[in-house]
Amino acid sequence: MADSSMFTVPQTIGHILCCKCGVPIVPNGANMCVTCLRSEVDITEGLKKHVIIMHCPECDSYFEPPRTWIKAQLESKELLKFCIGKLGDLTKKVRLVDASFVWTEPHSKRIKVKLTVQKEVLHGAILEQSYIVEYVQQDHMCESCTRIQANPDQWVAAVQLRQHVSHRRTFFYLEQLILKHGAASQAIKIKQVDEGIDFFFANRSHAMRFVDFVGKVSPLRNRHDKQLVSHDPKSNNYNYKYTFSAEICPICREDLICLPPKVAASLGNLGPIVICTKVTDRIALLDPFTLRHCFLSADQYWRVPFKSLFTSRQFVEYIVLDVEPVSNEVDFGGSKYKLADVQVARKSDFGRNDNIFYVRTHLGHLLNPGDYALGYDTYGANSNDMELDKYRGLTLPEAILVKKSYGEKREKKRGKARQWKLKSLDMEVDESKGRSDKDKIASEYEEFLRDLEENPELRFNISLYRNREYEPSEIASVTTGEDLPSVPLEELLADLDMSDEEDEENGMRD
Amino acid sequence: MATRLMFENSCEVGVFSKLTNAYCLVAIGGSESFYSTFEAELADHIPVVKTSIAGTRIIGRLCAGNKNGLLLPHTTTDQELQQLRNSLPDQVVVQRVDEKLSALGNCIACNDHVALTHTDLDRETEELVADVLGVEVFRQTIAGNILVGSYCAFSNRGGLVHPHTSIEDLDELSTLLQVPLVAGTVNRGSEVIAAGMTVNDWTAFCGADTTATELSVIESVFKLREAQPTAIVDEMRKSLIDSYV
Repeated sequence: MADSSMFTVPQTIGHILCCKCGVPIVPNGANMCVTCLRSEVDITEGLKKHVIIMHCPECDSYFEPPRTWIKAQLESKELLKFCIGKLGDLTKKVRLVDASFVWTEPHSKRIKVKLTVQKEVLHGAILEQSYIVEYVQQDHMCESCTRIQANPDQWVAAVQLRQHVSHRRTFFYLEQLILKHGAASQAIKIKQVDEGIDFFFANRSHAMRFVDFVGKVSPLRNRHDKQLVSHDPKSNNYNYKYTFSAEICPICREDLICLPPKVAASLGNLGPIVICTKVTDRIALLDPFTLRHCFLSADQYWRVPFKSLFTSRQFVEYIVLDVEPVSNEVDFGGSKYKLADVQVARKSDFGRNDNIFYVRTHLGHLLNPGDYALGYDTYGANSNDMELDKYRGLTLPEAILVKKSYGEKREKKRGKARQWKLKSLDMEVDESKGRSDKDKIASEYEEFLRDLEENPELRFNISLYRNREYEPSEIASVTTGEDLPSVPLEELLADLDMSDEEDEENGMRD
Repeated sequence: MATRLMFENSCEVGVFSKLTNAYCLVAIGGSESFYSTFEAELADHIPVVKTSIAGTRIIGRLCAGNKNGLLLPHTTTDQELQQLRNSLPDQVVVQRVDEKLSALGNCIACNDHVALTHTDLDRETEELVADVLGVEVFRQTIAGNILVGSYCAFSNRGGLVHPHTSIEDLDELSTLLQVPLVAGTVNRGSEVIAAGMTVNDWTAFCGADTTATELSVIESVFKLREAQPTAIVDEMRKSLIDSYV
């Protein structure tokens, strides 16, 4: 036979009359129409239709016995899941097909959920039915809100972050890092104090997590302690207050350091005069005369802590008169350096007297005659450092250049808004010490922003946001020679449109 | 007219009774109300006989018959056989059948002219059916079920079949049986038609659960509304008188 399939008669099912109401229907398991079946059988019998749930009005969360509070918005997925869970084990009795919210007035304290369920009835007919469950919301404050209400300043763990230097550059940078990684999201209070910041947490583990985070981005030394607050003798519950004292090492970027003899020896006799180029959880040191570099880890530093000789506040501006490259470019830690012999004069000397210094510098790749550079004036300075005295026969060069300066060009751009801006943490400022020199802080902040512009590696860990108020200036076309280093547009993040709400929490600084 | 009744709290009337145009068999029940309902309706026209078959009360499902004859399973006792022979009119041939499928009521559905049988019925039984009942025999299934005697009930006027029967099947069966057929239910949506009701040309008895809709369907397809029992029975009487003379 050519075709292997059997000849089958097509079967069309006819209609029968519903045994109750007589309307023609397709025969089903019960041989009744859907309405008659519904009137006969109620599959929602025995299911809960009215449930009471506890709601905390402060933090908008719902109570899940025995102990947790689940945060959920009205008419959200989490709330739907919570409500269905409250009905007990539905799947044992019926099959849940659909669930959705029915709108209720938020003040009515009622939540209505419409559920569609299926069940088999009467010889194999599956019946589907929708019904509404009503939840009565009773207000009850959760324990954490009660605690906060009772004593709003109550904290359980505190982290005291200190750095014993006279500037706040590190803290500006740390603030941006913390914002980017959200490490302080669980802090109940942040307080800015002289030489540091205090963070307060509701939970010891939150504080430990924060300390670990800071330890990863800066060389930290910490110790912790606890104080007994209350003691319940019957249940043997002890409540403590925990304090973590964290100290960041005082060595900062662009600092000039004279290494103690022991440290220099342990680092392979690195020339005692070094410049610190980068501080993360390790300190990167560069010998500017030999271009040797090395890293110092946090515990290595804290074993023999030393201070820097000069800090970036003591920069002096120099004019470069002549550059003679000595060696080739060396790549170290992502940046290139080139040894060169330069002829420099202090800006204050220039034109007034003939004080010219011949020094060796590691900035040979950047400097050209006529450039400005910032460096430390060891010739004119009177340093009172114990470490320096330990070295006999050490001659310091008259000037040590650290970085190139764009001072003149900065003058032109002063006062104009930048294309980008940063967010800041919500901090309480401690005015008790009387350190209210706003100008000093403002100029430090301005320098920090300039630093960010000049160093792409610094920007790596920070989120920059596009400044909506920035208009590109009309005289942008008139640039003499080099452009100022600035932040390329691709690195900027578009700020969220919900910035109205965010403005209340994180102030915008321009 | 269709009557609603119950046998000892069960609505399966067709299990406990067998109704034909010439006689009616009724099971022996605890209370007499079952028998008396049949008696009230039929006693004037045909004999109503109380019996058991093989010692059981499910007589409707064990025997198959029409006005010409009655077939009994091999499990019927001799006394029952004798009693039936005595009680039924003489022209009804009572015959015991040796058949593996002993629930003849479930395997054979018949009226006075045509019979539908279970597909696996023996050849000899089929011949016996054709002889004793005087009918044309067809092996069929109804909505895929082989127990034709359970899932359909038909008389000389019309028939009711399993509700899931397709339209093509309905047409085919109707052509074979030469009566109008309809797919429907009895006893509030039950699909086992012949167990829920029993019918002859002028009356039908259904279980008490049968809804008004089902009853109206039954009355319309079996044409019971205008049926006059006397007219039908008189036709039979004429043939009776003929034989005496």
